Amino acid sequence: MNLHRILRLMKKELIQVRRDRRILAFLFIAPVVQLFLFGYAVSTDVNHVAMAVLDEDRTAASRALIQRFTASGYFDQVAYLSGQAEIDTLLDAGRAQMVLRVPRGFSHDLSRGRGTEIQTLLDGTDSRKARVIEGYTNGVVRLYGSEILRARMQVLRARLPRLPAVDARVRVWYNPELKSVNFMVPGVLCMVLFLITMLMTSLAIVREKEIGTLEQLVVTPLSAGELMLGKTLPFLLIGLIEFVLTLLTAIFIFRVDVAGSIPLLFVLSALFLLTTLGLGIFISTVSKTQHEATLTGFLFFMPFILLSGFIFPVENMPVGIQWATYLIPLRYFLEIVRGIFMRGVGLEVLWPQVLVLAVFGVGILALAAARFSKRLG
Amino acid sequence: MTLTSNEYAVTISDLVKKFGSFTAVDDVSLTVGRGEIFGFLGANGAGKSTTIRILCGILAPTSGSGTVAGMDIVRETEKIKTRIGYMSQRFSLYEDLTVTENIKFFGEVYGVYGERLAQRTAWILEMANLRERRDSLTGELAMGWKQRLALGCAMVHEPDILFLDEPTAGVDPASRRRFWELIYTVAEQGVTVFVTTHYMDEAEHCDRMALMHRGRIIALGTPAELKERYIAGTLLEVWAEPMMAALECLNSLPVVREVAMFGSALHVVVGSLEDVDSLRAALETMDIRIERIEPARPSLEDVFVALIEHAERGA
Ligand SMILES: Nc1ncnc2c1ncn2[C@@H]1O[C@H](COP(=O)(O)OP(=O)(O)O)[C@@H](O)[C@H]1O
Ligand SMILES: [Mg+2]
Repeated sequence: MNLHRILRLMKKELIQVRRDRRILAFLFIAPVVQLFLFGYAVSTDVNHVAMAVLDEDRTAASRALIQRFTASGYFDQVAYLSGQAEIDTLLDAGRAQMVLRVPRGFSHDLSRGRGTEIQTLLDGTDSRKARVIEGYTNGVVRLYGSEILRARMQVLRARLPRLPAVDARVRVWYNPELKSVNFMVPGVLCMVLFLITMLMTSLAIVREKEIGTLEQLVVTPLSAGELMLGKTLPFLLIGLIEFVLTLLTAIFIFRVDVAGSIPLLFVLSALFLLTTLGLGIFISTVSKTQHEATLTGFLFFMPFILLSGFIFPVENMPVGIQWATYLIPLRYFLEIVRGIFMRGVGLEVLWPQVLVLAVFGVGILALAAARFSKRLG
Repeated sequence: MTLTSNEYAVTISDLVKKFGSFTAVDDVSLTVGRGEIFGFLGANGAGKSTTIRILCGILAPTSGSGTVAGMDIVRETEKIKTRIGYMSQRFSLYEDLTVTENIKFFGEVYGVYGERLAQRTAWILEMANLRERRDSLTGELAMGWKQRLALGCAMVHEPDILFLDEPTAGVDPASRRRFWELIYTVAEQGVTVFVTTHYMDEAEHCDRMALMHRGRIIALGTPAELKERYIAGTLLEVWAEPMMAALECLNSLPVVREVAMFGSALHVVVGSLEDVDSLRAALETMDIRIERIEPARPSLEDVFVALIEHAERGA
């Protein structure tokens, strides 16, 4: 290993990147666009749910319940129905996303201390949104229920002063406002790192194959190891710069808080880059042209994005697929990044993920390096 | 044949390279003396590049052995690399680097730094006549200049042996001539030049040459030796109309040893000048109009055409 030769190669690589306008644009614009797309445009936030009300009870109690919904800020009452017949047409027309039906006898059952029910009808077209609405509904109803309970308890407590009181409240931890940007930004950070370093590494190597300079390099005293380091280290550097850039954008423009340690995040990102650079080298050994390399890159990209939990939570996947996610290194990195970002945890909690990620990184890099050397030899 | 590798820049014996079941280099043996300009000729697909790639350590031979600068081409490829310069068939410098950046890059990769690098850079810019364009992007240069720069980069570390694979492919005749002048200049400084080409006229510039056909060497020697050895008889140049009919007619005559098209004329090899009369007679009976028949000095191209026809017939 000759350090001078490796540095020379890195310098050349960086000059080439600097001269390539398309790559520069890609490097600087892609993270912001992706943050915007996944942070806002593909927002999973649900607000201002269009709610129609069918109040068959028409009592103070039913009105109080309905008022709880509208006062929560999540629901806008858009219609007041007079009969069940109107429900279908309303939902079909998409004028309401949810219908809240309070059946006759609601207030009567409550005052008798009997269990009672309300009915909500949801537009399930967007199942994720429907689930969120369902969650809100439960929250509002539970809150209302506990208030009634508390009122009753107070009456009881006056007679039996020792009665224990249980106050059940749902609080959302880690992401108090349930802002999807908080959830998506760590993911985007992972994706940007993954995509840019893997694609750029493989393209940079395959390009030299395509234009014939690789053959020229092979007849120089450069060893396979030096060549590989000289071709990948620049992208490690670029990856880390990208990381900082994306992070700064997320913090200062998208107002995302980082609960945990940013230096730890940085170090573990470098660890993750072992995997992506290894994949980049591997792709370069199986592709003859840049076009092939891009296609092969997407072959890795799709399962990584779909199975890592970046968009769909792993817990919601079928069990068989959940097993497959263990093979996706991005999954562990995503857990690490979200853990540090949102929960503020450190190595004491994340060490299993870090360990698996390190094994993946070293393994993939070693295999790719072996294949790379053999191909050149 | 015993080879003492020190006398030779390159030795190859019984070299074979197969790609699957296809034999690209078929039992090739040859030697190249130090300081020689050795030409490696053959049509596209003859196996020239494959042979050069093996010598430069890019490919491993299927069987056979060889030395470059006295070192084994299988076991000592890494040592060989410091002593040779290679210019591949495709232009392969970085087009998005400037002229001096390319020189600097290859220089430092070969371990040439500081004062020596500055000297070599100056020498290359001078040699390739690129001083004014030293800061231009390489991609913006005309092909002839690119090729001279590529030669310079291949020589930045002052190698003993240069392997040039079709260095003049795709450049205009003036640039080709200038390039060959450069080859002479470096050869005068004691550098061995192993150069491939499919331009037959360039063969005349070489000290010695090999003609390769379908992976085999079918002729080896100096230009004079080859002409003497392979053109036995007299070469006639025949202008006649229609040419194809004339070619067929002459081909069928027993006195004719070889016929080949040569631009707008036919080159015909016969035993002696006395055979001209029988040629005329035969052509006239076929109603072919004869413009001229003249004796000609054989060129290497005649030699190669004759040799390749022989090889094809033998195959
Ligand atoms: N890597 C390879 N795999 C398979 N066939 C090859 C490879 N390289 C060259 N060949 C074949 O070997 C033959 C000789 O090629 P080459 O040495 O490039 O010829 P030349 O340089 O004389 O034009 C050609 O038919 C070519 O198709
Ligand atoms: Mg060739």
